[in-house]
Amino acid sequence: MKFTEEHEWLRIEDDGTVVVGITEHAAEQLGDVVFVELPDVGTVVSKDDEVVVIESVKAASDILAPIDGEIVEVNEILVEEPGKVNDDPEGDAWFFKVKVEDMSQMDDYMDEAAYKKFIG
Amino acid sequence: MTDDTRKADDAGKTDLAQYEVSDVCGCGVNHGPGGHVHHHADHSEDHGPKRTPLYDLHLELGGKMVEFAGYEMPVQYPMGVLKEHQHTRAKAGLFDVSHMGQVILQSRLANVAEAFERLVPVDVLGLKEGRQRYAMFTNDEGGIEDDLMIANRGDHLLVVVNAACKDADVARMRAALEPDVIVRLLDSRALLALQGPMAEDVLAGLNPAVREMKFMDVATLELAGAECWISRSGYTGEDGYEISVPEAAAVDLARALLAHDDVAPIGLGARDSLRLEAGLCLYGHDIDATTSPVEGALNWAIQKVRRSGGGRSGGFPGADRILSELVGGAPRMRVGLLPGGRAPMREGVELFAAEDSPEPVGRVTSGGFGPTVGAPVAMGYVPTAMAVPGTVLYGEVRGKRLAVEVVKVPFTPANFKR
Repeated sequence: MKFTEEHEWLRIEDDGTVVVGITEHAAEQLGDVVFVELPDVGTVVSKDDEVVVIESVKAASDILAPIDGEIVEVNEILVEEPGKVNDDPEGDAWFFKVKVEDMSQMDDYMDEAAYKKFIG
Repeated sequence: MTDDTRKADDAGKTDLAQYEVSDVCGCGVNHGPGGHVHHHADHSEDHGPKRTPLYDLHLELGGKMVEFAGYEMPVQYPMGVLKEHQHTRAKAGLFDVSHMGQVILQSRLANVAEAFERLVPVDVLGLKEGRQRYAMFTNDEGGIEDDLMIANRGDHLLVVVNAACKDADVARMRAALEPDVIVRLLDSRALLALQGPMAEDVLAGLNPAVREMKFMDVATLELAGAECWISRSGYTGEDGYEISVPEAAAVDLARALLAHDDVAPIGLGARDSLRLEAGLCLYGHDIDATTSPVEGALNWAIQKVRRSGGGRSGGFPGADRILSELVGGAPRMRVGLLPGGRAPMREGVELFAAEDSPEPVGRVTSGGFGPTVGAPVAMGYVPTAMAVPGTVLYGEVRGKRLAVEVVKVPFTPANFKR
């Protein structure tokens, strides 16, 4: 698993797609999530595009595409049950899967130890 | 009256924005941090936010502290905003509202109630001893400078005002009422609120006399060994009490209440969602110096005796505009708004009459997710012709026009003990 400074996690699946979610630290800081808006499957995204909107009881936030590629699957259950983002942010509550063009972009991101250090 | 959660939309991040809290007051005074006189000697720095007598208890309970209206206040506890909200509606929540201003108005010579009517469009003379009433300070343009509670406590009035406005309110009262009336801002009493369906049973455990109080009654009763000034009122839409307690006894009283299984500490976050569902105004947001009481849909707070044709008609700041609007209506009004989808419509969202109309007709002044409603809820201002329940408008959220229905407030039924 890799981590971004924007508190996203990325995991490479067996089929080579990359799954993206937010970290437990991010979910805790956001507070109770009450709304999730997901991108359409098939959307081609560039790194830093705004792809997901999440709103907690406190505020609205955007999640950026951490990597170039095509959205091949989204976790629809989060639309109906946004609270899952707080319950299991690094497991069931993934946001989307990307078919990645250039896997070397993953190299920019932190491993778990580095991320833990980053959030202090 | 207290909390302020806003959209903090720093583009492009899993934005770990904390609550943005502001001192928006509208009373013309810059309430920057440290701009007030400190009133708790135990926090002796000259700058930075003030602390209430319960500050250490908030930390002990795991409260996440933010600055609000010049005070360090708990925005939430480990339970989290959603569960705190639900706990208050189901059982009882304990709130520290000591940041609010408690002001005593007293005189041996003048009739304090009569004098106070020069500042507010409500019937103060008719307020019986042992009763409390909602009011607002108005300005010469008919706008609202602050909203407040007035209690008739026999030989004096006790006025409770918003934290961010209290210095301006005290200055206003002194300018208008002194020297006939003595205006005293209390600096040695905390204010707690116990709210929710179990509040009566919990508080009766400390003093059974609280059961006899009806909604908006006030009484002086002993709780946990301290003389407390209690009102049966609150800011959640639930039954409950607000308790003015001597500073030195505040922590003991809070602990005695929290010892009850049904009581949890509740932060400003849930206080805001509770009052929003209850359709109650947050000063500086839903009402301010530019909104009149009629625009704010607060006509109910202006009794007949102060209206045109009443025995003490007018005689308060902005009476010309307010009396005329009470008869003929105002061009815009505060309404409840129920977004059709799941996306919250927060403060600042612009409202349009149609999906494609170029100019907005109004805007959201408070909005968020309503945990009890289970959906987003909001309040805002719309032209009076569009203030009819059932009217469908469109709120623009992230560039998209989303349907939103004008509805009556409260969003959740009030559970007062009348």
